Order: sequence, then C-alpha cells, then structure tokens
Amino acid sequence: MFDSLTHLQLQQYWWFIMSVVASTLVFLLFVQGGQTLIGTLGKTDDERTMVINSIGRKWEFTFTTLVVFAAGMFASFPLFYATTFGGAYYAWKIFLICFVLQAISFEFRRKQGNLLGQKTYEGFLYVNGFLGVFLLGAAVATFFTGSEFYRSEYNLSYWQTSLHGLEILFNPQNLALGLALLFLARTLGALYILNNVNSEVIQARARRQVGLNAIVFLVFFLYFVIRVLLMEGYAYDPATKEVFLEPYKYLHNYLEMPVALILFLAGVVLVLYGIGITWFKESRKGIWFTGPGTFLTVLSLFFVLGYNNTCFYPSSFDLQSSLTIENASSSRYTLTAMTYISLFVPVVATYIFFTWRAIDRNKIDDQDMKGGEHHIY
Amino acid sequence: MIENIDMALVNWSRGQFALVAFYHWLFIPLTLGMTYIIAYAQTIHVRTGDKEWERIAKFWAKLFGINFAIGVGTGIILGLEFGTNWANYSWISGDIFGAPLAAEGILAFFLESTFVAVMFFGWGKVSKKFHLMSVYLVAFGASLSALWILVANAWMNYPVGMVFNLENARHEMVDFWTVLFSPYAINKFLHTITSGFVISSFFIVAVSSWYVLKGRNLLLAKRSIVVAATFGLISSIFLATTGDGSAYWVAQKQPAKLAAMEGLYQGEEGAGLVAIGMLRPGKEIGDGQNAFLFKIEIPKLLSVLGYRNADAFVPGAEDLVLGNAEQNIMSAEEKIRRGKMALTALAEYKEAIALDDETTAQEARAVFEENYYYMGYGHMFDPDGIIPNVPFIFYSFRIMVILGFAFIALFLLILYLTVVNKLEENRWLLWVSIFSLPLAFLASMAGWIVAEVGRQPWTIQGLLPTMMSTSNINANAVILTFIMFAVLLTILVLAEYKIMVTAIKHGPDKQKKGGENV
Repeated sequence: MFDSLTHLQLQQYWWFIMSVVASTLVFLLFVQGGQTLIGTLGKTDDERTMVINSIGRKWEFTFTTLVVFAAGMFASFPLFYATTFGGAYYAWKIFLICFVLQAISFEFRRKQGNLLGQKTYEGFLYVNGFLGVFLLGAAVATFFTGSEFYRSEYNLSYWQTSLHGLEILFNPQNLALGLALLFLARTLGALYILNNVNSEVIQARARRQVGLNAIVFLVFFLYFVIRVLLMEGYAYDPATKEVFLEPYKYLHNYLEMPVALILFLAGVVLVLYGIGITWFKESRKGIWFTGPGTFLTVLSLFFVLGYNNTCFYPSSFDLQSSLTIENASSSRYTLTAMTYISLFVPVVATYIFFTWRAIDRNKIDDQDMKGGEHHIY
Repeated sequence: MIENIDMALVNWSRGQFALVAFYHWLFIPLTLGMTYIIAYAQTIHVRTGDKEWERIAKFWAKLFGINFAIGVGTGIILGLEFGTNWANYSWISGDIFGAPLAAEGILAFFLESTFVAVMFFGWGKVSKKFHLMSVYLVAFGASLSALWILVANAWMNYPVGMVFNLENARHEMVDFWTVLFSPYAINKFLHTITSGFVISSFFIVAVSSWYVLKGRNLLLAKRSIVVAATFGLISSIFLATTGDGSAYWVAQKQPAKLAAMEGLYQGEEGAGLVAIGMLRPGKEIGDGQNAFLFKIEIPKLLSVLGYRNADAFVPGAEDLVLGNAEQNIMSAEEKIRRGKMALTALAEYKEAIALDDETTAQEARAVFEENYYYMGYGHMFDPDGIIPNVPFIFYSFRIMVILGFAFIALFLLILYLTVVNKLEENRWLLWVSIFSLPLAFLASMAGWIVAEVGRQPWTIQGLLPTMMSTSNINANAVILTFIMFAVLLTILVLAEYKIMVTAIKHGPDKQKKGGENV
C-alpha cells in the first residue's frame, strides 16, 4: 500500500505524524499547567485534592504522548534524536528529572508512610510544571534559532559548546518560547480545571487565572512569532541540498503554504475565542476552543519548520551540518514499515476518546473525593 | 570514525544505563505479572459475585498502583538515554532500533496508560465488565510493551534483517518481520516476561505469607497464595524451558558469551555443564592454568544444550581469541585485521564518492562487503577484549539457574501444603516464601547481567563495539548526571518501599483518613 511512496513523501508523512503528536502534546500540557496552579486554585486541603485529582487522572496521557514523540522521532529521524539528546545533554537530563518527579508525585503524595511528606510531592509537581514545560519550550525554540553542532562525514554529531544545552538559556527568543509555553500551559490548565471540577470557588479562581495567564502568554508568544516571521531562516536547495540563510524564510513558508497559514490563523482565533468566552461570557467550555486552537497553531508552526525545504534542526555553528527531514531520516524501508504502524494512531485516539468520556461523565466534586470506591490521589 | 576513545566516558555511560535499568527492573516485573493475577481474581468476582475476590483484586491493584508510576518514570529515562548517552549508537542503528521503540509507544503505552486509568478511577463509574476488560487490556499492554523493547534488545544480541549503507555509514533495516520474529527475540521475550511473572508471584506469595504468619486476612491471603503459586509454578517451569532456548541461541550466535557463562577456556567436543564450580582467580587466556579450582560437571550436557548434539564441539575463550584451525575458528587477530580492512575500505569509498571516482568507489565497496561481517572488530585493539568478564558472568549465570530450579520446588511445596491444608503449621515455609522475594529479584538481575554484560564488548554483537556507541561528550558530564540519578532514584525507591510496606501492614481495608480510600 505504501510501498509506492517515494522516500521524500514518506519523510514528509512522518514529519506530519510527528507534528500531530507534538501538537497534541502541547495541548496536553494543561496537566503541567494545572500543576503550577494547585496552590492558587486550592486554598484548603480538600480544594487542592480536587484540583490534583482533576489533572492527575490525565497525567499519563501527557507523559505517554511525550514518550511517543521521543520514540517516534527516534524511529523516523534518528539523526535528530542522536544530535539533540547527545548534544543538548544537560537541558534534556534536567528535563527528564522533571518528568520522573512528576510520575511518582501524584501516586505518592497522600499515601501513608510517604517519607518525603505531602508538601514535597506537591513541590515536585511545581518543578515539573514550571521547569519541565519551560525547558521544553526553550529547547523547541532552538528548532528555529539553531544550535552549535558539527556533523561529521559519518553523520556523527559533535556539540561545540561545553554548556551542552544550557546555552539555550542565553537566547531571548528561546526564553520567550519557553515562557510562552509555560503560560499557555497554565491557561490551558485553568481552562481544563474550570471545566472539570464542580466547585464554584475553584471555578471563580480558575476563570481569573485564565485571564491573567493568557495575557502573559500572548505577550511572549507575539514576541516569539514576530521574531520568527522576521528572522533569517535556514533553507536548503532541494537539488544540491546546500544549506543557506534566507531572509524572512518562515514568513515565506507561511505565504507559500496557505494551508499552514490557514491553520495558524484558525488556531489563533480559536485560542482567543476560548479565552474570550471564559472571560466575558462566564462559559466553562473555553477548553474546547483554546485546546484545539493550540493544536492547530502548533501544527502550523511545525509545518513551516519542517516543510518547504527548511532545516528543522539548524546548526548555527556550521550551516551544512543542519538537519532536514531528508538528511536526518530513517531509510525508506523503515519509514514504510513505520507508516503501517501509524495506521493504528486513529484507533488509539478513538479508544482514548471513549474511555475519557466514560471516566469524565461525572465531574470532580467534593463528594467524589470523599465517597466512591475508586482510587484517589 | 572516532579517533579518541575515552574509557571513562564509556564506563560511566554503561554505569549510568545499568543504574537506571537496575531501578527500572525493580518495578517492571511486578507490572508485568500482577495484572494477570488481579484480572484472574476480578474475573471470579464478576462471575460469582463473591465479595472476597473483589477485595483481593482491589488490594493487589492498590499495591500495583504504587508500583506502576515509578516504573513509568524510570522507563522514560532509559528511553531517552539512548539519545543522551548513546548518541552514536542511536544514529548508527536507529534505523532498526528506533522502530520497535516507536511501535511500543503507539501500540502498547497508550493501551496501558488509557486502561490503567479505567482500572484505577473506573470503579463504580463504568460497568463491571468494562472494568474487567480494562484490567486485561492493561495486562496485555504491559506484555506487548515488553515484546517490543525485548525485540529491540534481542536485535542487539543477534542483529538480523538489515544491511550496512555505505553512503550514510549506518545499518538500515531491510526486513521488519525478520527483526520482529527472530528466534532470539521470541525466546528472549518469553524468557524475560515469565521471569516477571515469577517475581510477581513471589511478591503476592510473600505478602500473603506474612498475613498468614500474623493471622490476618486469612481468606484473602490463602486464596492469593493458591492463585499466585499456581501462576508462579507454571511460569517457573516455562522459564526453565525458555532458559534452555536462550542457552541454545547464545551458543549459536554469541559463543564468547557462552564461554564466559561456562568458564570454558579450552573448547571441547562433548563438553560438560558445570553444575557448581569455583574459578581460579587471575586466570588469563593462554596462560595454561586450569580455569577451575574445583568443579562438578554434568557430562556432555553443554554440547546437548548448546548444539542439540552430545558430541558437538563447544568453543572456549581461547579458541575464540587465538583461533582453532581444526574447528575452523578464526582468531580474533585475524578478525581485527579484516575489520580494519572494512573500515579502511569504507573511508576510501566515501573519499572516492566525494571525488566522483566511480571505479575506486566500486573497488572499495567490494573490499568493504567482503569484510563487512568483521567491521566491528576493526575498532578493537586487544584480541583478549572480545571475551566478556568471565567470573562475573559465570557466577551470575549459576545464581540465576540454581535459584530458578529452587523456585520450581518451592512453588510445588507451597501448593502441596496448601492443598492438604497444612501451610499454616509450616511456619518456616512461610518465612522462606517471604525471603524468596528478594532472591527472585536477585535471580532476575543475575539473568540481565548474563545477557548484557555477557554481550560485551559489543552493543551490536560483532558489528558495533560499546566504546564506539557513546555520545560525544565529556566523561564528567556523565559522572555528574550519574550522581544526580543515583541520589534521586535511591530516594524515590526508598519512598516507594516505605509506602508499599505501610500499605501492606495496613492491609486491604479502607483507611479512615488522610489517605486514599481503597
């Protein structure tokens, strides 16, 4: 079925799949965002428990999506996997620690005999929510701003700064995307909790947080996007594969790929609409607009990043070392085999949708946290 | 390809992976096996309406939950460590190795994480049948996840289904099914997953035995013992048969590993299996000393197990290093020479391509292809280095096998005494059951040592040495992060242990306050 596709078509297909997974991941970061709002939204222990159980029942989806993104990139673009993880070493290791802390915190927090105490585990959730999301945003910003690495003729990569990933913090554009992602996650977290928890006190606080965080998010996001549209981008010649700097590359990409532009505009409108109805109309359904809007916006950013002869992981040290969907990818055979496996993605999405609906039929409330037979964090 | 090898970097990178893998494997076996036992108890409850079986299912599900999250957390470190610490490996073999990892994520992890949510939060919210199905799907998801990662691991031991692409200087997959259904992979999957079942069984038997000793929760404990010991007995017998399969495939594909497992220095026809023995410290290849201070051997068994032929020749470490013309075994020195020819040809090929010199390129390609099989040896400089650490592998292997057989006997005895209703009188056996849990972990860890340390000096058997596989970073970066992970994971494991012990002491009934309900 897929055997007739060319290598380039398969590379484009896999960039599309990874873009979808990445965009889903950014939406699912509402769990992390919610984690940074535990104390803000919950003033009493019972309130905090409601907030934590609301997002806690979803943490594994975010986590699994993150793992699938990493594994998918390994399988489809292994040179990217090797270059970024082996190169931006410290950034990714700290990122990993943030996520290990999250994995145990929901489960251990209120268990008897929990050794470190409830506050410590809640602290871990903050670390994951703030630092984990910020680092992810800053690291993804380097997909635009570039990293200092050299790729040898054997395709082995050598990072050219001893900071090994910490240097991403010295670029304002990276910082801006890190902060934008952080405040987006907080906005989404507040929207999700507003929708998911039946408690008027918590809802009122969440509504307020949606407004506050959305404003900060928009400031950093606009700064980042405007810089992206105006900056020189890393382009390559499709015939010779030679990499060169092109002024307004990402702006050109949006104009040359109207689909990406439409996705971007639709995404931004949906994000703003969700925030707007929460703020002005007291609606609880904002997450249903801002969530998909986030997905579409991120998707469009990944499109301009990887398509139209653009280097998705540029090297600012040596232009020709930059990674593209063509030179970083797996073989045609492997991509074909993986494409068959990707047919399961809609199946997975379907069963996730139906199980979520089954579990979320009853919203989280006081009674739910006290009675019931099920597991409570 | 790489000029300078920093052995500190290589060793600390291995150490870091081993550290995290060790912690990971404290939790994963329980995830693999307990779900099946929980599913069984819950099935009986759904069929008969017996409340005690529901109580049993919920109690073990609670302990499963405590264990599950930390297994997931340690897993992500390992997955990303291929990139952070083994970047060269990730590129050189990512074309084959990455696919099973992605398949694991798409097909297994989502299944597990979706239905584990139903398992935990679905009580009273979804129908009993849907809830039960979710428990089975969690069990199935965990097994499927094990399949994919073990397929990837097996491929490192027995690389199949790929070719070397000279343009990219990497291995590329040419046959997915050969990778997936390699006999080494199937056997590894079956052997490893059943070891998880055995550990899970011991966990449940140990906790239940403690209740019996304390005279608490007797019905729950006794029923759990019957179910877990039956599951454990079947699994441990299966474990022994798949262990035999493992030895066979090691003999076929990794003779150096087999030689280390047996402390076999000089190969022989009709080789015996060392049941118990003590190696001579300081024994070196070619020093003419007897490898053993003493040994008790079962005649011809090694030849039978390794080659299904009582008189088959089993090569020893010295045959593999020094060569054995009679048996047609090439010396390590000759392999290194051919490996270097392959690497030189590869460099010439790339140079010729860059210069558009088609004739030279074709000549170089021919030389490369002739010597490709030995390419990995081209990076080696010491012929003795092709043999893994013999004492470490030898003793680990014996610990695993001896304990494995002891477990079969123990499960049989537990079941017999349970059936004749004499378990409570034999308090010593209950204590033995409790202490068998750490022994089960010990046996399993020993098995991993045989498998992984026994593969050294290779990441991909014969093709890519471990020292060529690391990331291109400073050893200090790895040491620093090693310490970070060691401290963090140790604290988290202690925390997990204390929560688990508290939950066990508390037992299956609802807690009054400050904790979770069930």
